[in-house]
Amino acid sequence: MPSIIFFHPDGRRQQIEASEGESAMQAATRHDISGILAECGGNAMCATCHVYVDEAWLARLPAMGGDEDALLDGAAAERQANSRLSCQIRLAADLDGLVLSLPDRQT
Amino acid sequence: MSATSRIDHAASAQAAPAGVPNLDVDPFSTEFFEDPHPIHQALREAGPLVWLDKWGVYGVARYAEVHAVLNDPLTFCSSRGVGLSDFAKEKPWRPQSIILEADPPAHTRTRAVLAQVLSPTAMKGVREHFTAMAAAKVDELLARRSFDAVADLAEAYPLSVFPDAMGLKQEGRENLLPYASLVFNSFGPPNQLRQEAIERSAPHQAYVAAQCQRENLAPGGFGACVHARADAGDITAEEAPLLVRSLLSAGLDTTVNGIGAAIYCLARFPDQLQRLRGDPTLARNAFEEAIRYESPVQTFFRTTTREVELAGHRIGEGEKVLMFLGAANRDPRRWENPDSYDVTRRTSGHVGFGSGIHMCVGQLLARVEGEVMLAAIARKVAAIEITGPVKRRYNNTLRGLESLPITISPA
Repeated sequence: MPSIIFFHPDGRRQQIEASEGESAMQAATRHDISGILAECGGNAMCATCHVYVDEAWLARLPAMGGDEDALLDGAAAERQANSRLSCQIRLAADLDGLVLSLPDRQT
Repeated sequence: MSATSRIDHAASAQAAPAGVPNLDVDPFSTEFFEDPHPIHQALREAGPLVWLDKWGVYGVARYAEVHAVLNDPLTFCSSRGVGLSDFAKEKPWRPQSIILEADPPAHTRTRAVLAQVLSPTAMKGVREHFTAMAAAKVDELLARRSFDAVADLAEAYPLSVFPDAMGLKQEGRENLLPYASLVFNSFGPPNQLRQEAIERSAPHQAYVAAQCQRENLAPGGFGACVHARADAGDITAEEAPLLVRSLLSAGLDTTVNGIGAAIYCLARFPDQLQRLRGDPTLARNAFEEAIRYESPVQTFFRTTTREVELAGHRIGEGEKVLMFLGAANRDPRRWENPDSYDVTRRTSGHVGFGSGIHMCVGQLLARVEGEVMLAAIARKVAAIEITGPVKRRYNNTLRGLESLPITISPA
């Protein structure tokens, strides 16, 4: 089971256990991570599950699609080079220990 | 005469497939519109897949199956209509929608256009104005104190922002709500609601057809943005008016019923209004929870493109499947205390806006309208009291009120 480490904007660290095959967003909502809203439920339509990916992990994630790219431009918090939508990060064993930071706002 | 007097439908003679529990309930009847919840429960408890004798169709009312059908658009298609009418057998009452009533790959292209026109970036452009208009509306209503929350708020606020955001002309806007009501009635069976709506539709259809044309849409509005995508070559010049039509069909009555649902919830559950007042940042979630709780869009159909197994039953090709979104949104298998309205609930995953590739393309616009209105109420209104008879509005697809007399007091 891959684990994910979230860092909240206040620096608080929260580690959760995810299941292979689910998205980082699904794991986060299941564990009630407060900084992930996921208003559209994982359909890549709302940009409210925005995360900043730790540099060490960025290249290991699946490539970004055009929908995700366009949505991130409208995210509530500033888009950065390591911005992703967590609903588009499918978890596999090789992502065990993934480190994601939460933006200060999602809407 | 009842609003839904029974008109026999050819399919009603069809027997239930072996092993599939059948129910003699009509989700397009006055009884259902008045109180769908006992019927929802009966549908959910009968099994994961049911047969509706009255209309000769399958139904799914549990969250898992509704979600599964919504997310398998190649098996459960939309191009044969998302109402009872099967476009493979019956001519659509209006030219077929090129987004709602389309499947991939055709759908993918048109969907991308509306998704861009109504993107998070586009919402940043309207948010400030929508916020100011919501505050002004609440101030105006506080000066009156007593009013009808349907006509004077749930309808008046979207009417004060949406037509202008679209870039519509001033003349003829009175056609917008009747046209939307017609569209949502048309997804139902050939009952009195549907037949009368279509019989009276000519002037509303003529208005909408004209208003979708480029020359009738103000620069900078959502309508003009759709036409601009024809210049970019993403859609043809003939497709642009049809996509504008989709925005006019689904962009107004839905938010009217969404905001109406939220006001009705806050009026019935004063403890939730007080929680919202204590933390106005809950406004967006309070709106979202009202969408889950009331499900303004109650049902949609899909049609099977092949033989498929669902919940252990075999469904043949060309069968209509009715999805009960409202029942899924209160399925105790998915939701804790599903029948309580809780402004702090984690609502992610509800199917009030659908799910999958056809999930409401205007959901972000709906959320902006709902959020800024509830935020204005949270800051300015201390109490909401229902002061007269609450009347329901009957529509084959939309759940909402005809009248909600309330009195509000200032914070």
